[in-house]
Amino acid sequence: MDSLVIDLAVLVLAGFVGYTVISKVPNTLHTPLMSGTNAIHGIVVLGGLLLMAESHGWFEKLILVIAVAFGTINVIGGFLVTDRMLEMFKAKDPPKTGTADEVGGQGGEGGGGA
Amino acid sequence: MSLPLAVIGVNAIDALYIVAFGLLIYGMTGLTGPRTAVRGNKIAAAGMTIAVVATLLRSHEFSGSGTWALIVLGIVIGTAIGIPAARNVRMTAMPQMVAIFNGVGGGAVALIAWVEYRHAFGGGYPLRSEIFELFGAIVGSVSFWGSNIAFGKLQEILPGRPIKLPGRAQSILNLTFFLIAVISAIILCAGTHSQALFILGILVAAAILGNAVVLPIGGADMPVVISLLNAFTGLSAAATGVALGNTVMIVAGMIVGASGTILTNQMAKAMNRSVPEIVAGGFGGAVAAPAAGAGTVGGTVRSTSAQDVAIQLAYARLVVIAPGYGMAVAQAQHAVRELETALEAKGVEVKYAIHPVAGRMPGHMNVLLAEANVPYDLLREMDDINPEFTRTDVTLVIGANDVTNPAAKNEPGSPIYGMPILEVDKSGAVVVLKRSMASGFAGIDNPLFYEPKTSLLFGDAKASVSEITSEVEEL
Repeated sequence: MDSLVIDLAVLVLAGFVGYTVISKVPNTLHTPLMSGTNAIHGIVVLGGLLLMAESHGWFEKLILVIAVAFGTINVIGGFLVTDRMLEMFKAKDPPKTGTADEVGGQGGEGGGGA
Repeated sequence: MSLPLAVIGVNAIDALYIVAFGLLIYGMTGLTGPRTAVRGNKIAAAGMTIAVVATLLRSHEFSGSGTWALIVLGIVIGTAIGIPAARNVRMTAMPQMVAIFNGVGGGAVALIAWVEYRHAFGGGYPLRSEIFELFGAIVGSVSFWGSNIAFGKLQEILPGRPIKLPGRAQSILNLTFFLIAVISAIILCAGTHSQALFILGILVAAAILGNAVVLPIGGADMPVVISLLNAFTGLSAAATGVALGNTVMIVAGMIVGASGTILTNQMAKAMNRSVPEIVAGGFGGAVAAPAAGAGTVGGTVRSTSAQDVAIQLAYARLVVIAPGYGMAVAQAQHAVRELETALEAKGVEVKYAIHPVAGRMPGHMNVLLAEANVPYDLLREMDDINPEFTRTDVTLVIGANDVTNPAAKNEPGSPIYGMPILEVDKSGAVVVLKRSMASGFAGIDNPLFYEPKTSLLFGDAKASVSEITSEVEEL
C-alpha cells in the first residue's frame, strides 16, 4: 500500500482513539488533561531532530536548534507541570490545611521527560 | 521527503515507535481518574522519552559535522528553560503556563515546516507531503502567535479586554489574512517554489492571523481559546508527522488534536457560543449590550462587613461556595479551604459549585481547590449543584461574575443570554466578594449584585475570606 495511505489511516484511527480516550476524562481533570496533551504535542521535537541530520548552512541549523529547544520546553515543561498538578489531586488525607500561599516545589520530581 | 533508511536498525526503530505511541495512549487512559492520573502522566512521559531515544538511534544519519552538538545544544537550552518554569509556576498562573508551552510547541512546528520547505526548494518534492507541510506551517504559526497573545492577556501584560476593530472590520481583516495564507499555500502547491511567497504569504500572514484572532477575545473566553490553540498545535504536529512519514508524530499529534477539539466544544457549549463565533469576532459584548436595550440594571448595592457575613454563614445549614477567576487572582484558595473547615466545625454543610468555564482554562478551579486539599466530593459540577440552590441558605460568590449572571437566563438582549449559569440567585441569600464594582471581563453588568438578597463585601478576596474565617472561629 502507498505509504501516504497508511499514514492517513493511522491519522484517522488515532483521531478516534484520542476521541474515545479523552471523552472519559472528568471535568475535574481538565486542566491536567490540557497540560498533559500539551506536553504530548511536543513530539514535534522529533521532526527537528530528524531534519537536523540533513540541514545545510548555519541558518537552517539555527532555526532547528530553536525548534528543538522549543519542542524540549514543550515536552519537559508540560510533563513536569502536569505531574505537579496531579500530585495535588492524589494527596487526599489532609493532616492540616495549608496556610501559606506558596506551595514550595510540591511533588515536582520524577516527571521523567526526554 | 524520505530519509535514506539503512536496512539495519530501521525495524528496531519502528518497533520502538510503536511501543512509544502505545505508552502515550495508555498513559492518556490513566487520566480518566484522579487515582491513576499521576501514573498515566509518567507512562506518557516514558513513551515520549522512548520516541526521542528511538529517533536519536538513527545515529547513522547524524554523521554531519556538529549535528550531535547542535541537537544537544537545543535539548539543553529547552531543558534549562522548561524545568525551572514548570517547577516554579504558581498554580494560579497555570493558564498562562499552558498557553506559553502550547505556543512554543506551535512555534517548533512552524520552524520545522520552514526548514522542510527550504529542503524542498528546487528539489523534486512530492505534492502530497507539501500539502501537509504547508498546513503545519500555517496552523503552527497561528498557534504560536495566538498562544503568545493569550499568554500576554493572562499574564496581564496585555489588557484582558477585547482589542478589536469596530464593527465587521475585524472579521474582514481575519478573513483576509486567512485567505492570503491559503492562497499562498495553493500557489506553492501548484508548483511555484518561491521562498518569499512561503515566508511572507504563509508564515507572516499566519502570524498576523494568530494575533488578529486572539486579540479581540476577552478574558472570559480564554478557556475556549486555550483549548482551541492546543488542538491546533496537535493537528499541525500530526500534519508534520505525515509530511515526514513519522508514525509516532501522527498518533501523538492526532490524540492532542482530538482532545483539544473535545475540550473546545465542551467549553463553547458551557458558554452557549459557537467556536466560529468566538474566533470571528471576540466577545462583542460591549457593542451588543446597549443596542439590545436590555433594560437598565442599575440600582443600589448593599455592602456588608466580614462580621455580618460570618454570622450569616455560621448559622446556615448549607453554604455553597462559587469560586471564579477572582479567587485565582487573589490566591485565595487556601483561605477558602480554611473557611470551609471552620464552618464545618460549626456543623455547617459546605459545597463548592464549579462552573465549567470558571477561571481561565478548563478545570482551573478544580486544580486550585485540589492544591488547597479540598476533598473532591465537595466539588459539584454545575448540573449537580443547580437543583440544590433552592435549599441553600447562603451562597458565597468569590471572584466569580459572568458565570453567576442571571441575565444569561432572563434577558434575551444580553450578550451572554443562553449561557448556562450557576443559579445562585435561587439561594436564600448571596454574598459576593469583589474587589470593586467593575464588571467582569466580559464587560457585562450583573443584575445579581442589585438583588435585595445580595450583599457585597468589597476588598481582596483572600483578605476578606481570612477575616470572615477568624470571625466565624470567634462565634
